[in-house]
Amino acid sequence: MGAHGPAKGLTRWLFTTNHKDIGTMYLWFSFAMFLLGGSFAMIIRAELFQPGLQIVEPEFFNQMTTMHGLVMVFGAIMPAFVGLANWMIPLMIGAPDMALPRMNNWSFWILPPAFALLASTLFMEGGGPNFGWTFYAPLSTTYAPPSVTYFIFGVHIMGLSSIMGAINIIATIVNMRAPGMTYMKMPLFVWTWLITAFLLVAVMPVLAGAVTMMLMDIHFGTSFFSAAGGGDPVLFQHVFWFFGHPEVYIIILPGFGVVSQIIPTFSRKPLFGYDSMVYATASIAFLSFIVWAHHMYTVGMPIAGELFFMYATMLIAVPTAAKVFNWITTMFKGSLTFETPMLFSIAFVFLFTVGGFSGLMLAIAPADFQYHDTYFVVAHFHYTMVAGAIFSMSAAVYYWLPKWTGKMYNETMGKTHFWVSFVGFNLTFFPQHFVGLAGMPRRIPDYNLMFADFNMMSSIGAFIYGASQLLFLFNVVRTITHGEKIDDPKVWDGAHGLEWTVPTPAPYHTFTTPPDVKEVEAHG
Amino acid sequence: MAERTDKGIFYTAAKLMAVCVAMFAFVFVVMVPLYNVLCDVLGINGKTGGRYEVTENIIDTSRTVKVQFVANFNEQMPWEFKPNTTVVKVHPGEATNITYFARNTQPRDMVAQAIPSVVPSRAAEYFHKTECFCFNRQPLVAGGEADLGLQFIVDPDLPKDIHTITLSYTIFDVTEMAQPQSDSVAAR
Amino acid sequence: MYSQAKRLSQLALSPVLLALTMLSSGAWASNGQRWETNMTTSVTEVGQKIYDLHMLVFWICVAVGVVVFGFLFYSVFAFRKSKGAKASSFHENTTVEIAWTIVPFLILVVMAWPATTTLIEIYDTDDADIDILVTGYQWKWKYEYILPEGDNISFFSNLLTDKSEIYNTAEKGSNYLLEVDEPMVIPVDKKVRFLITANDVLHAWWVPALAVKKDAIPGFINESWTRAEEIGVYRGQCAELCGRDHGYMPIVVNVVEQGEYDQWLAGKQAEAAEIKELMAQTFSMDELMQRGKGVYTRSCIACHGANGEGGVGKAIAGSPIATGEVAQHIDVMVNGVAGTAMQAFGGQLNDVELAAVVTYTRNAFGNNMGDKVQPIDIYNFKKGQ
Repeated sequence: MGAHGPAKGLTRWLFTTNHKDIGTMYLWFSFAMFLLGGSFAMIIRAELFQPGLQIVEPEFFNQMTTMHGLVMVFGAIMPAFVGLANWMIPLMIGAPDMALPRMNNWSFWILPPAFALLASTLFMEGGGPNFGWTFYAPLSTTYAPPSVTYFIFGVHIMGLSSIMGAINIIATIVNMRAPGMTYMKMPLFVWTWLITAFLLVAVMPVLAGAVTMMLMDIHFGTSFFSAAGGGDPVLFQHVFWFFGHPEVYIIILPGFGVVSQIIPTFSRKPLFGYDSMVYATASIAFLSFIVWAHHMYTVGMPIAGELFFMYATMLIAVPTAAKVFNWITTMFKGSLTFETPMLFSIAFVFLFTVGGFSGLMLAIAPADFQYHDTYFVVAHFHYTMVAGAIFSMSAAVYYWLPKWTGKMYNETMGKTHFWVSFVGFNLTFFPQHFVGLAGMPRRIPDYNLMFADFNMMSSIGAFIYGASQLLFLFNVVRTITHGEKIDDPKVWDGAHGLEWTVPTPAPYHTFTTPPDVKEVEAHG
Repeated sequence: MAERTDKGIFYTAAKLMAVCVAMFAFVFVVMVPLYNVLCDVLGINGKTGGRYEVTENIIDTSRTVKVQFVANFNEQMPWEFKPNTTVVKVHPGEATNITYFARNTQPRDMVAQAIPSVVPSRAAEYFHKTECFCFNRQPLVAGGEADLGLQFIVDPDLPKDIHTITLSYTIFDVTEMAQPQSDSVAAR
Repeated sequence: MYSQAKRLSQLALSPVLLALTMLSSGAWASNGQRWETNMTTSVTEVGQKIYDLHMLVFWICVAVGVVVFGFLFYSVFAFRKSKGAKASSFHENTTVEIAWTIVPFLILVVMAWPATTTLIEIYDTDDADIDILVTGYQWKWKYEYILPEGDNISFFSNLLTDKSEIYNTAEKGSNYLLEVDEPMVIPVDKKVRFLITANDVLHAWWVPALAVKKDAIPGFINESWTRAEEIGVYRGQCAELCGRDHGYMPIVVNVVEQGEYDQWLAGKQAEAAEIKELMAQTFSMDELMQRGKGVYTRSCIACHGANGEGGVGKAIAGSPIATGEVAQHIDVMVNGVAGTAMQAFGGQLNDVELAAVVTYTRNAFGNNMGDKVQPIDIYNFKKGQ
């Protein structure tokens, strides 16, 4: 047990090197960003509630779509999973802390300034970034508002934070595992994070390279992305998506890990096909490097390129399908109960598969000529990111909150949160498939009357989904302040893994002497 | 089994940082040049190669290819710019000369850069320029005019299903970029 | 007609409609229908193949979905602890794992085959009957018909929808945001090739019914083609974020009989010749004001307001430029103002239009300069630069 507890006051948080403190800060920060990005989404949906311009002007609308994407991807989802990794990876592998605790402190504390900088661009002359979260040149270079320099700086800092976080996670997993914790005994959450961290190390520098080239084009007279000086705007898209496609797996893989922990617990049955889950995750990560141009089918590639990227993209369906089958087979012949984490996890499997189907449709290059840059794409990636990343994140919070706080959340409220989210989410994004197919481009503030009905549904759904997140916040805060105390180390009767062997709530210092893993079934 | 030592952690972290630095360098040192090479080889964006050196002189008179010329302007480029000939029919292998007309309509000296692009992009690698005004920046004094020359050869290996090649020049105002001196742009 | 109450009442019915339309997917797919749930059917052969491919993949997904979700829901319902289910402990089965790797792969091959053949067809490079150079501008399209004789016909295609409809002070028409002042006109059953490029940022030219979507890239040209088999009016939009008015640069293509097309083209050519002639003429104040008003409504009103009160652009009423020196006024119109949204109209409007709109703005909205600008003045200005 730990020799001393946390320091008192604000300095505890400022100077902490404790993985649990840093994990907590990451989680709260990401939730704050989730609400910020969510409020941008509410503005978007409010404007799209009806045809015509009612609330915002197109210029501001573009800033909202851009900031919504940036804040959600870089501010909400990624830090949320890093926070989870901080909390859970040392507990799952029997390590006393992260491998590089001081760097851990830094990687968190440079995030708030980065996002403060990004958010402050909204108040600058010429407004904030308005070129979409994909910031295609030359709209983001020659034609960008002056605030683009701050945007680039912000992206650099958050990239640095992610890289430091990833290095720390890999160093922890590689070096800090308890004796007996072999790689193939690690819980799947640890595995998915290990692979994710390698993806981060490989592609975040590419993003940094892309924004550096933008910076040089804007301020130092180079012409990477301008044809006039021998460059090419399409080069930007290749560099961006070389980062961007692995990035979407960075967002989803830890979610796969979470669900792979939760489904066995509430099925009271070991995860089916552990080995194949690991190999499938690794193959998805590998494939993610050779499919980037499927985001650019309409850019005018040679046919050989289109075919290559189409086939490679379709191949991703194979390991992904294997994962889905594994999850379902884990439930098959189990003994299932449906606590809130399980509900979110089942919904994850269901909705992520729907997103996978639309992804497969989008992979078909000729058909993508009709889908590309329409609401069909918007529907697709929200099915994978919201139902994938956000749902799995919600599941994770409910699953481990009792371990973190020593208190039980209110199950009724949790289930209400789930059902309202589920209905709100589907009401928002399912109709977007329809308007996309019918011809509504994405990133437009106004539309023809034929799209009006589904857009109104979509907006109503979004407001419902948004409101349900306030219930989530309330439930978490209420658990911390008024939750029913529990002290069973296991919390869930079907749970397996080292994190359930430490007392509840988890003490400030855990595994200061390494546990003997042979006694514990590590990965359920 | 893992080394639970500071040394082990240090080596892991150092290796990963090296990977990061390498990936950052990869963007500039590999991706950008590789993209340019692939563009030239595959004709991405219809980019054509640089100056072509004639190696053999076989003219395939059995075949005729239509070559179309168009002009485009970037941004507020105020020059008058158009092909003097909009279409020619050529035999593969035969050198052909055409001109574009350019006039600087502004009361100030300006420099332009013309960027070529060919469709179908598959034809780009078979479209050789032996002389082209696009190899250099083109300065024109205020109100000045010029006929800008292009000599090209369509390669006899042009795929048989291509009957028409369209060559577009987009002119960009590079007066500001050319401030120090109006050098040629490499490999245009 | 469009009304709030009606829409809300239909919204209440939406789950029913949703189910219905999903069942009859395809059957409802005419152009621009409300509650449309499926891809626009195409009037081209290739477009029809894309549509069929889309439906094939869709139904395969539905079939796979029925199996997978069936398995999922069965597991969830059948093995509830509350019903006394006891957990087994199996966690591996290599045969099953291999099977569910191979089967999806085979299904993918079934999809890849038609996808490949369709793609090859789209990349066809046979000669076209008509070549049209399409240029994306912030925020309008320019169409240039490349004619063999050399004198190309070119014109801009702007959004026609009035600001009052956008800002909800007038009722929205059925082609709201999908109507332009001058549509592209092409003949039916002819191969039309589009050479697509952009003047400033990226755009994408998309007409769903013609099954054409291609990025417009500044400095480079892309190509695409269509062969429309049905006469009609087909509408589309820019499909690549291109700045503020990305949502306001629609595309309209009129597919007409060959005869009608020839007539239209001849008309365009005559118009061009007439403009050439007009350039040499002088106009009366009334003529200039009348033409100028038309030009203003098409090209200026979006930024400068219906009464010259300004908006995105500066106010014209009482402006130092519109009430200042003529030469400077012409300069601003022809060359634009660098670093602002004021574009150079010298290449977008002809000399007659420029003269008329300069005259108009000097003598409207309370400006009362009383001077006239003739096309020859514009011509001389451009020449003298």
